[in-house]
Parts: sequence; structure tokens; C-alpha cells
Amino acid sequence: MAKKKRTIRSIPQERAPMPVQEPQQRIKNFDEVALGFTLEDALVECARCLDCPEPACVAGCPVEIDIPGFIMKVADKDYRGAYDILSEANLLPAICGRVCPQEDQCEGVCPVGDTLEPVAIGRIERWVGDQAIENNWSRRPHIESKGIKVGIVGSGPAGMACAADLAKAGCSVTVYEALHEPGGVLRYGIPEFRLPNETVDAEIANLVNLGVEFECNTLVGRLFTIEQMLDEMGYSAVFIGSGAGAPKFMGIPGETLNGVLSANELLTRCNLMQAGKFPQYDTPLHLGRRIAVIGAGNTAMDAMRVSLRMGADKVFCVYRRSEAECPARLEELHHAQEEGIEFHWLTAPIEILDDGDGNVRAMRCVRMELGEPDESGRRRPIPIEGSEYEFETDMVVYAIGTNPNPILGQTSRLKLNKWGYIETDENLATSMAGVYAGGDIVTGAATVILAMGAGRRAARSIKNYLAIRDSETIYHPQPVGAEGQLFGIDLAERNFARLRLG
Amino acid sequence: MSGFPIVAREDFSDTTFLLEVHHPVLAKAAKPGQFVIVMTHAKGERIPLTIADFDRSKGTITLVIQAVGKTTREMQANCAAGTELFGLVGPMGEPSHIGEARKVVCVGGGLGVAPIYPQARGFKESGAYVIGVVGFRSRDLVFWEDKFRAVCDEFIICTDDGSAGIKGLVTEGIKQAIETHPDIDEVVAIGPPIMMKACAETTRPHGIRTVVSLNPVMVDGTGMCGGCRVKVGGRMQFACVDGPDFDGHEVDFDDLMNRLRRFAEDEQIALQRWSDSCRQKISVAGADGEA
Ligand SMILES: Cc1cc2nc3c(=O)[nH]c(=O)nc-3n(C[C@H](O)[C@H](O)[C@H](O)COP(=O)(O)OP(=O)(O)OC[C@H]3O[C@@H](n4cnc5c(N)ncnc54)[C@H](O)[C@@H]3O)c2cc1C
Ligand code: FES
Repeated sequence: MAKKKRTIRSIPQERAPMPVQEPQQRIKNFDEVALGFTLEDALVECARCLDCPEPACVAGCPVEIDIPGFIMKVADKDYRGAYDILSEANLLPAICGRVCPQEDQCEGVCPVGDTLEPVAIGRIERWVGDQAIENNWSRRPHIESKGIKVGIVGSGPAGMACAADLAKAGCSVTVYEALHEPGGVLRYGIPEFRLPNETVDAEIANLVNLGVEFECNTLVGRLFTIEQMLDEMGYSAVFIGSGAGAPKFMGIPGETLNGVLSANELLTRCNLMQAGKFPQYDTPLHLGRRIAVIGAGNTAMDAMRVSLRMGADKVFCVYRRSEAECPARLEELHHAQEEGIEFHWLTAPIEILDDGDGNVRAMRCVRMELGEPDESGRRRPIPIEGSEYEFETDMVVYAIGTNPNPILGQTSRLKLNKWGYIETDENLATSMAGVYAGGDIVTGAATVILAMGAGRRAARSIKNYLAIRDSETIYHPQPVGAEGQLFGIDLAERNFARLRLG
Repeated sequence: MSGFPIVAREDFSDTTFLLEVHHPVLAKAAKPGQFVIVMTHAKGERIPLTIADFDRSKGTITLVIQAVGKTTREMQANCAAGTELFGLVGPMGEPSHIGEARKVVCVGGGLGVAPIYPQARGFKESGAYVIGVVGFRSRDLVFWEDKFRAVCDEFIICTDDGSAGIKGLVTEGIKQAIETHPDIDEVVAIGPPIMMKACAETTRPHGIRTVVSLNPVMVDGTGMCGGCRVKVGGRMQFACVDGPDFDGHEVDFDDLMNRLRRFAEDEQIALQRWSDSCRQKISVAGADGEA
């Protein structure tokens, strides 16, 4: 049946709106803000996809999901088929659909976006991912045990993705996590109103279902070293996905006052340790009344919105560049604005002031203007002379980036680069034979999808290293007809591999 | 890994007690100066405790705990041989540098008496001449005297009331050691910040290298939150990964003491609530008993 070619005029012009909790209601709870598409919403959005012959979105996706492919399956009401295509490239669609910066990736290059709003690819992805969790679609392929042990350090998205691919290839995989619960930033960093714990739990349950073992409370490097894993513990290969870790401070006076903390600390206390339920839970937060968060990335947005939900009177975003340079996901910025966060663009603290009793009373800030572009291509913020003023606040939260965690460097021979991140080649091999690394510990703080992609790339390299042959992708017979032929030979005959694997 | 069995408990006083926990891999990895993070139950906080001893053949580590806040009092009430800790991770921090020093003074007071023991033993094993100085309030609170004597060439007990050893603070003991031994290479001091500060001030005029072990508030213990940051030599350091040992002459102790008060109000609330609930339990149990 020949489908009518869609054009920019024939598709639904308006994006299906994402149902959300109202701002006034949601700032009082930790429930998810974006409620997710209904089937009807998803179908409307799928009808907006032009199914481009050379899809820009696929090239724009860090893991090259066959986006039109899965969207067309949804449009054809083959939801399971959509999930199969999606999960071939993305092991964590319910998570990435929620947290990817789509406006910089697939949706940013969607040609529909030239005239209308781009197709809401991320929201469709999330819908499919949620369907998969709800209906338990994750496939447990037949796994032939190869009797090879692989150890993974860190249970964030990089470690999870690497574990999944290696488990499917028949390795017996153990993931070691220093904290008492697995998930990395997905657990301790990103709050529940953006990524519910249930969703993370479901993805971890899928891994357990594949035979992956999680060992929490295990600080690799200190409890045992990478060298010991290879030499004494019987691991044939190791993957390191230990994350970027250490929060940065600015080095201005007053940073050790009580009331100054990193966004990581604030978020860990609230997400992992449930400080919101103090004193039923033992971990306190000691929230201030007027909270200034320094920075404007995703971490900053999360810290601000958590502070609001914890009961702060007023929450401020203090950022040295302007709104145009704000690195957070657009949706988070919008949500934060709706929730009443006050943004102070082009402002930087230069000192944190003491109330006389070791607590924060205020910050001294300076106003900035934008000068010439710097090495990041963004215009460099320059302090405006004489513009200093006092900013009243009793809690200052730093969300200005991270440094690499030093522990594995302190305890192994791994070669680090000059910033302290683990050095790898293009196959993610480190300086130690059999040891691979990926995610934030290699690139510096980046994104969930890039960490996941790196975990999978490393899994491929580890399979090569261990000489494990297994098919990467499900075999899709090429369509027959002129398109499926090359020099008159049916492409489906290529390799004589007509078997359908997976 | 989860569920870490407590195999023994010993009480030294009405506030100080010892737990021996089974964790063979940890016992094998532990080195003097390192610490662990403990969670007593799923709703508990993550608290750092110095490893006071480890026994590789038995596969156990020893923690000595002073019941001061809610979590530690709860541990005092609930942790017994046969029970389990919910979470236990470590060993954390850089091990103490037990190096070339030929003559050392190992000083412990309050919380620091137990953790100074593996250091003293480490120095003894490395062939150093070890002078132990430990402080207690009074004679009946003294513990591990025999253990210390076995690894120390000289051992000085200081008590506040003079009921055992010399009367006065551990700094008196340090002074005495310095007087009799002009060739001391290093002093290692573990205890409350105020004590470590006093020790550093005692050795400063003599220019004796002084190592202290800092105990700020921690969450993860892996360098991820920065809650444990301390000022050392004007620079910010994360005690859990850069320490816990630092040069005592460089540490800003006033800053540390201020930061230790960070959750004072919350701790009070938690403690109050906990002791209320204990009283309720006791009265309920009492009522049951009468019925
Ligand atoms: C608050 C916040 C919000 C974010 N929001 C977004 C977003 O909306 N979208 C997006 O794409 N990205 C976001 N990011 C970035 C994204 O979360 C990270 O890029 C991604 O999680 C990196 O994955 P990873 O697997 O490399 O490391 P992590 O997720 O950091 O996981 C590393 C894990 O390894 C463990 N570990 C470290 N050292 C050891 C050791 N020695 N032994 C054992 N375990 C160890 C750690 O405890 C941790 O659990 C956000 C980050 C933060 C902090
Ligand atoms: S305890 Fe979190 S960084 Fe040290």
C-alpha cells in the first residue's frame, strides 16, 4: 500500500502539548512534572514526522537511533515494533526520552522545525519507553554463557549500557557501585520530578534480568584495585564508568561557611538520602530561606527546583552569562521559570559574607557584560567595573561543573590526561590492557545519552578484545524492489545471512 | 554487597563501645588511617567512622564508636553481635603515610583513642620507636591499655582528674615526650578538633612534623559531594579523598569546628525525636509487662 507522501503542509501544524502538573501544585511535591503523552498525543506527533529520506535527526542523535523508523512503527500502531527499533540503539529510552537535550540533538536539526515546531521526538521516545516498561517488553534474548567474567566500575548510564551489551554477549557481568544504591547520577542527581526512581529501577531490573549482578557499597580502587580485578579476581576485562564526580568551587572568600554547598551535595541529600523526609529519615539538609544557585546548567536547574520543593521562600539563579548561553535543557529552563525561580543573568559572586556566626548572610556580586567569544565559542563574560553589590541570601549552592574523581587515579597505573580524566583511544581502551573507560570520567561532565553510547562502544571493543563474536544488530531484510538491489543483486542475499537473529 | 554482620561488641564506658564487623575483603584492604562509611538501616545517614583495627585472619574490622548524636546512640542501643549493618563501604581515604620516621609520638584522645592504635602498630611494625600518648577523662574510662603497651615503646596515659597517669590533657603528655626525646621526627594526633589544634600548637614551636586526621561531616565519602571540604594551607581539600590525614600546622581548625556545627539544630531535633520514641517504646513495653 503506497502511503501518501507527507509534506510540511499536510502534517498537523501544532505540536501535541505535553500534559504537565500545574506550577503552583507541582512546587509542593516531587511527582513528575511532565506527565507523558497519551496514545493520541503520540499519534498526533508521529503524524508530524516527514519521514525524510535522509533523516537529519538520525545524524543529530549521538547514538544514531533510526528515528523515522520507530516513529513510523508507532504511526502504524506497531508499538512493540517501535520499541524493537528504538532499543536497538538506545537501551534506556524511557530515561533518555526524559533527560536528553533534544533541542541540541535530533529535534534541533528536524526540518519540520524550520517552519513549525520540530517533531517532539523525545516525547515519543519516552512514550515508547514507558510502554515497554509497562508491558514488560524488554527482551531477554537467548544467552549462551561464554564463561568470561567482566567487571564494571560505576552503575551510571555508561556502566549500565556496557553491562547490558556484555551480558547479552554471554559474559558474566558484575557492576560495582560505591554508593548503596545503583544508577549513578540518575539516582543521586536527577530528581524524581524529572526522572522517577521507578523508571530507573525498571531499567536496572532489566539488567538484573539479563543476569547482570550489582554489588553496591563497593569502592573500587580502595576495596580492591583495577589491577587486582584483572590479576586476582578473574576478570578478563574491566570497564570504568565512574562519572565526573568532584564538584567545583570558585575559590572566592567565604566558601566554607555553613550554608554553602555543592549542588551534588544538596541533590544527594534529597534524592538518595531523602532529606525531604527528615526526621523520619536521618539525613538533614538544613535548607535556607533565600537560596542562590550559582550556574545555569541542568544541575543548577535541578538544585533550584528541589530547593523550592523543599520549602524555600525564594530561589535565585545566578549566572555569569546571559539566558542565550544557558546550558540547561530548554524544557527545564521553562519549567524553572514557570515555577517562579528568579533569574539573575550576567551576575557573578565574588565573595560570600559571614553573618558573624559562621553562616551565610549575603553574597557580594558583580555584574557582567559579554565580550569576544572564548574558546568555547560563547561570548566571554567580563566584570563591569564598579558594579558590585550585595545579594541577600542565606544559602549558596554551587552548580558550576565538576572535576574528575581522583580515586582510580590514586590507586591504579591508569594514564590520565592533563585534567585528570582517564585517557582512552578511539575504541575507549585505556593505557592498561583489558581496561576500557567511558562516560563522564573520560569526557568530563556530558550527557546521559553520550555516557550510554560510550558504554556500548566500550562493550564492542571489549568483545573484540575478548574475541567474542556476536551479532550487534537484529537482521532486517532489505525491502525488495529497485531500492533493495545493487547492480541487480538483491541486497537481502548479501552475506547469505538470511537468519533472523535476536 | 549488603548486610554486614556484627560479630562482637564490647562496651568501654556508658558512651564508648566497640563493634567488630565481618567483611573479609575490607579487612584485607584496610590500612592505618583509613575510614569507612556506615549506614545502620535503610533510612539512616551515612556516617564516617575510622577503622580502629582490622584482623585479616578473622576477616573483621573494628569500629569504636562514641554515642553522641542520634545515629551513634541508636547504634549503641541496637547494634549487637548477631545483628547487621545496612551499609558499610570502604576503606576510604589515603592511608597514613608510615614512612621514614624513626621516632614518633602517637596521640589519641576522645574519639581518637581507638583509631590511633593501628597507626601506632603500623609505626612499630615499620621499626620506629613509638611513644603512645592517650587521654581519658578518668581512670575507669581507660581501655585498650594492654593493646597499646604491646605496640608502644613508651606509653603515657593522661587523665583530666589525674586518676591514672599524668593529670592534664594529652598536650601535657606530648610536652613530656618532647622533653625526654629531643629527636622526635613526627607526631600523629587523632581526636576532637580542639585537641588536634592544641597538639599542633604544642609541636609548632619545636618544628616537629604533626599529622592530624580530620573528621568533617560527610555524605558519600567518594569525593562527589564536597561536604567534607576543609581548609589546609589556605587551599580547599576534600577530606574523604585528599585526606583524612593532613599537616596539622596547616589546617584551619576554626573553620573545621565551625563546619562541624552545620547541622547542630537538626541533630538536636533528630536526637530529641529519637529519645522520645525510645521512651514511648519503654513505657509501652512497661505497660505490656504489667498487663
Ligand atoms: C544534577 C544533574 C542533572 C543532569 N541532568 C541531565 C539531563 O537532563 N540530561 C542529560 O543528558 N544529562 C544530565 N546530566 C549529566 C548526566 O547525568 C551524566 O553525564 C551521566 O550520568 C554520566 O554517566 P556516567 O555513567 O559516566 O557516570 P555517573 O552517572 O556519574 O555514574 C558513575 C557512578 O560510578 C560510581 N563510582 C565512582 N567511582 C567509583 C569507584 N571507584 N568504585 C565504584 N563506583 C564508583 C559513582 O558512585 C556513580 O554512581 C545531569 C547531571 C547531574 C549531576
Ligand atoms: S564526603 Fe562527599 S566529597 Fe567527601
